[in-house]
Amino acid sequence: MNVELRNIQKTFGPVRANDDISLTIPAGTIYGILGENGAGKSTLLKILSGYLRADSGALLLDGRPAVIRSPADGIRHGIGMLHQDPLDFPPMEAVDDFMVGRSGKFFPDRKRACAELGKLAGDFDFSVDPEARVDSLTVGERQQLEIVRLLAIGVRVLILDEPTTGISAGQKQKLFQALRQLSGQGMTIVFVTHKLRDVEELCGQVAVFRQGRLIGETARPFDEGALVRMMFDREFERPHRSRAALGETVLEVRDLSVEDRRLSVSGANLELKRGEIVGLAGMDGSGQELLLRACAGLIRPVGGRVCVSGRNLTRRPYREFLDAGVAYLPAARMEAGLVRGLTVTEHCVLAAGRNNFSIDWTGAERQALKRISDFDIRARPSSPVESLSGGNQQRVLLSLLKEDLRLILLEHPTRGLDIESSIYIWDQLKKRCQNGAGVLFMSSDIDELLQYSDRVVVFFSGRMSAPLDAAGLRAETIGQRIGGVGFE
Amino acid sequence: MCGENMLIGLAGVLAATAPLIFAVVGETITERAGVINLSLNGLILLSAMGSFAVAVTTDSLVLGFLAGAGIGAAVALVVAFCSITLRQSQVAVGFVLALLCRDLSYFLGNPFMNRPGPVVPSFRLPHALSIDTVTVLSLAAIVLAWVWFFKTRPGLVLRGLGEQPAAAYVRGVPVNRLRYLYTMLGGAVVGLAGPAYSLSVKAGWRGTISGLDGIGWIALAIVIFGGWNPVRAALGAYLFGILQWLGVALQPALPGVPSQVLQVAPFPVMILTLLFVSIGNAEWVARTISRLPLRGRRFLTRALRSLEARPPASLGVPFEG
Repeated sequence: MNVELRNIQKTFGPVRANDDISLTIPAGTIYGILGENGAGKSTLLKILSGYLRADSGALLLDGRPAVIRSPADGIRHGIGMLHQDPLDFPPMEAVDDFMVGRSGKFFPDRKRACAELGKLAGDFDFSVDPEARVDSLTVGERQQLEIVRLLAIGVRVLILDEPTTGISAGQKQKLFQALRQLSGQGMTIVFVTHKLRDVEELCGQVAVFRQGRLIGETARPFDEGALVRMMFDREFERPHRSRAALGETVLEVRDLSVEDRRLSVSGANLELKRGEIVGLAGMDGSGQELLLRACAGLIRPVGGRVCVSGRNLTRRPYREFLDAGVAYLPAARMEAGLVRGLTVTEHCVLAAGRNNFSIDWTGAERQALKRISDFDIRARPSSPVESLSGGNQQRVLLSLLKEDLRLILLEHPTRGLDIESSIYIWDQLKKRCQNGAGVLFMSSDIDELLQYSDRVVVFFSGRMSAPLDAAGLRAETIGQRIGGVGFE
Repeated sequence: MCGENMLIGLAGVLAATAPLIFAVVGETITERAGVINLSLNGLILLSAMGSFAVAVTTDSLVLGFLAGAGIGAAVALVVAFCSITLRQSQVAVGFVLALLCRDLSYFLGNPFMNRPGPVVPSFRLPHALSIDTVTVLSLAAIVLAWVWFFKTRPGLVLRGLGEQPAAAYVRGVPVNRLRYLYTMLGGAVVGLAGPAYSLSVKAGWRGTISGLDGIGWIALAIVIFGGWNPVRAALGAYLFGILQWLGVALQPALPGVPSQVLQVAPFPVMILTLLFVSIGNAEWVARTISRLPLRGRRFLTRALRSLEARPPASLGVPFEG
């Protein structure tokens, strides 16, 4: 189906999310929508799918005017969207999730739905167990379930919003394969992303957005420099690897065993020196976060030792980890890192950790302004943190870290961030390393692991590889090890 | 002989718990859609009074029960309008309604105080047992609700609705319209608890000494205990009924125990059961279990997991479509 958007306008309060956007998406292509966070990509596609309503503008499907006022209208016109945060039902079984919203008999035939789900998933080499609960699936599997569900209800335009965030390299390859297969069958595919690499690998055509405007469209072959210029209005140098001088050991993990309900990691050994960056690779839920949280003092190990700067902190309270100069930045920035509803200034007050009864608001605001300018945060001191973009939230978190840290632990430091923010975050982290901190981070982005780590440790279902030197390490090697090669 | 007494006693529990069954099943329906109707306590009193008044004036039991359901739906409509359309706090609205409806029932019920009225007849069964239509209806309500939730397509949508309204919305489900519908349907079922008291279990209207005040709060607790599953909620309600019956039945056998103790005992026992049922959610329990030998651990983990209950994720949260 050919999709034509004409003069779409959408404002949220004072923000122009979409400013007079006209776009034609031909059938049977994989059409990329590229732009940094907040460029208005998602807004436009949410309008197309009916999730949001445009202030003005028109939509033509196959040349005929169409009105889409709700997702129900979108489905009727054959437009389906895979949202960035999976919109599914976590406690349900996959097959039940698959059936919600589909018409059919009053008493649904679960067996047939299971078979249908299994068959469709099989067509694309997806691995979705129909009987598994949705919350036990990985992000990638939930995405596969949702794609299969959209195909089953007969969508002819498939919109994917940042689908490569949070999924493993193998799942990404499967996803791309499936999308190529679908576009070959005549499906119109709209692929929203902020990752240049994805566009270069997959898309036939791309439209670049910046600050709510459509900057330009180009087709294959892409000129990476030109795309970056369109996205940011300037160029970035690829950050070159720089090594800080290594100092004494800051973190020592010996024969550590940690476990939660799902997984146990045992016999983990790791040493981290000051100035060193170690990356933890692996599929989500392979044990990296258990190790990180045990090092942060957030979960008690079952056995073994965690020493920070030579002090044995095993099973000591979290407070002592903080005092020893350990900081931990969780992946769930809004849920576990920042406090919803509090402003940047209020976060500064909290982070100061003073016990004064009254608060010096003028001082706190001065502090907030200083951090905002130091860390190039796009916000006002009075902005509630949930109104900031992901990149700015991460900057706030970094800005709140204490000065004299020894060990910084991060989960997915740049997940969901655009290139500019990612580079900035890593510049800050590297600066910390120069000043003698050690950095231990987990990431599902292999490029990030190779780019910034000194050494990489791969996790596979609770087991941990020996540290691999990142210099000279190839992406394929890590990819294979993440998939379990070498763990037999 | 003793066994027969036991049986008669349990049949009595079944009948006496029928109103509570309507209340927990109705509230389960409402909460499954993501709306909390906290007005239950007042709602039941008002529908007990209203249905009694209608039944006395028209001399029709059927009209009495319909009035009860109508009052329940009407109160639920207020909750739905305030929380879904006006996006006000469901807790505040429900709480105020609970108080308002209670006092309204005492005030409006004055003319009907202590008047004789129709009573639902019961049928004789073998072995000196008897059963009445209300009890049968309450049992049917449990089964119907369970089948609706877990076996039908609209029930599947209902479960999705309370869990992730946004996900239901992108699948073309009219979220707020269905929330209105289920809130009122649930309210109507809860409303049946009123006439089940005033026209059957505790026939008549005696104002403040009707002994119905507080039952709505118990029902709200049992819905949680029941893990938003109508069958489990019904079991919880029956447990409460049995405990109350034991309190009465044991009195002659335990002359040394003050009767107040036996009357109050069901409440702490209910709380303890609630604790036990949800204990599997605590992390320290999981950790303790993980130290046990493998065989026992499997069994315990499975048992606790089957008891584990999570509320519908969007419970009490308005949805903007």
